[in-house]
Amino acid sequence: MSTLIDGLSLGVIYALIALGYTMVYGIAKMLNFAHGDIIMVGAYSVFATLALCGLAFPAILVAVIVCVLLGISVERVAYRPLRGASPLAVLITAIGVSYLLQSIAQLIFGAKPRTVELFSFTPIRIGNSTISGASLLTLGVCIVIMAALTLFVNRTKTGHAMLAVSEDRGAAQLMGINVNRIIMLTFAIGSALAAFASVFYLLYIPSVNPTLGSMPGIKAFTAAVIGGIGSIPGAMIGGVLLGLIETICLRVPALAPFTTSIEFGLLIVILLFKPTGLLGKRRREKV
Amino acid sequence: MALLEVTGLEVSYGPIKAIRGVDFSVNQGEIVALIGANGAGKTTIMHALCNLIGKQAGKVMFDGQDITAIPAHKLVPMGMAQVPEGRRIFQELTVSENLTLGAYTRKDKAEINATLEEVYQRFPILKERQKQIAGTLSGGEQQMLAMSRALMSHPKLLLLDEPSMGLSPLYVSNIFEMIQEVNKSGTTVLLVEQNAKQALAIANRAYVLEIGVISKTGTGKELLNDDSIRRAYLGG
Ligand SMILES: Nc1ncnc2c1ncn2[C@@H]1O[C@H](COP(=O)(O)OP(=O)(O)OP(=O)(O)O)[C@@H](O)[C@H]1O
Ligand SMILES: [Mg+2]
Repeated sequence: MSTLIDGLSLGVIYALIALGYTMVYGIAKMLNFAHGDIIMVGAYSVFATLALCGLAFPAILVAVIVCVLLGISVERVAYRPLRGASPLAVLITAIGVSYLLQSIAQLIFGAKPRTVELFSFTPIRIGNSTISGASLLTLGVCIVIMAALTLFVNRTKTGHAMLAVSEDRGAAQLMGINVNRIIMLTFAIGSALAAFASVFYLLYIPSVNPTLGSMPGIKAFTAAVIGGIGSIPGAMIGGVLLGLIETICLRVPALAPFTTSIEFGLLIVILLFKPTGLLGKRRREKV
Repeated sequence: MALLEVTGLEVSYGPIKAIRGVDFSVNQGEIVALIGANGAGKTTIMHALCNLIGKQAGKVMFDGQDITAIPAHKLVPMGMAQVPEGRRIFQELTVSENLTLGAYTRKDKAEINATLEEVYQRFPILKERQKQIAGTLSGGEQQMLAMSRALMSHPKLLLLDEPSMGLSPLYVSNIFEMIQEVNKSGTTVLLVEQNAKQALAIANRAYVLEIGVISKTGTGKELLNDDSIRRAYLGG
């Protein structure tokens, strides 16, 4: 029971991050390699605000604002000038942004890990099993966030515009949709999700360091690919699947040392049978 | 003054000059056809008009304004709509979602709904299928949807790039009838077609495009009866 809840809660954290990868990929057609580092910036924002005022909710708010502004600026300054450039150039730029963010964090906060005490939870007892309060909170809030995002994308005019840009950028422009604005919005949403992910990640591992974003970033990217990159429900399913598998493996002593290998093995197996991921669609060739 | 006035248009793809100095105009209320063989550059012109691709040179005036460098999305509220080649409806959205996206730049809900009702009246099949995923419509239905979607912006000028492509002969006549109806209800039309015979039959005026330059122009009737045009485009 507690493994299930913990696994699901790690899964929804991955899902939040994976959504950032998948939405940016689907709409801006690029792999935002620096997405993981947005989580790191979010975590440091929480850390810094806590150090200044000691209050959790302002810390979360600051993290969201900082991440959104950062995401938008990175898109504007680094990626927009490369629109239409080769995917390789964009990927290399994104890797550059990733290192830049890590170096800046290291300059400001130093390389050694710092501890972040955000909330303290008392475990909840149900019958004869205990459930982590942090996991329960993570699970609840993330489900609400993902439901809201799903509604936004599928039910609002702006959401439909995002889907339209994702499917056919040129045709979307012919509808009068400002593609640059939609891409900016996508980065803003992705970064806000990353900020929330950073908060929950701190509940899971209460420590920050400049490369904190790499591992959850890569895991979430894997989740996005498993689910079918570009697909929003795919990212959610991929994230939850990966979180569950990771948590289960870590708690079975015989499997624990191989957890990461098992996760990436799953990726390979799924891609062998479904090259576009679980919910991915084969891209229709343009006529 | 013409509604659309194009002068000295040049477009290149890298080193390849696809459009090499093209002038043409479309007057208020007209149907103007642009015909030409595969690869003549018709689609290139349509894309360049809406700034989906860049121009090397030239000037485009629309409704009294210089739109040479105005980004594609800003042309829609100015009254220019395009049904691109291959329809390019949003396959994963429903019919009604596609139509509402056509009215993306309009604000007034009541007016949008009124246009939607007009569209549904003109194309009852779309009303029947409003909840259907657009990608599952037949080719002809998709063409209707693409045209209706463009009409949802209430355009002054409708650009149509090969609306009859891939349709059965009966359906083709249908589409041409619809174009005439749309035109009668006040929308000016610039029509790109391979189907030269039918295009010339409904066009007030037409231009013949040959590898990037306009080789001939006249009224639809004149070109229909022109011997060289008959041989090249109308099958003798
Ligand atoms: N993206 C592109 N890159 C390079 N060359 C292109 C591109 N698009 C079109 N061309 C070239 O420009 C020329 C004109 O193409 P265009 O699509 O405008 O022709 P068209 O008249 O619309 O033909 P069709 O009737 O087959 O649609 C062709 O020689 C084509 O190969
Ligand atoms: Mg063409």
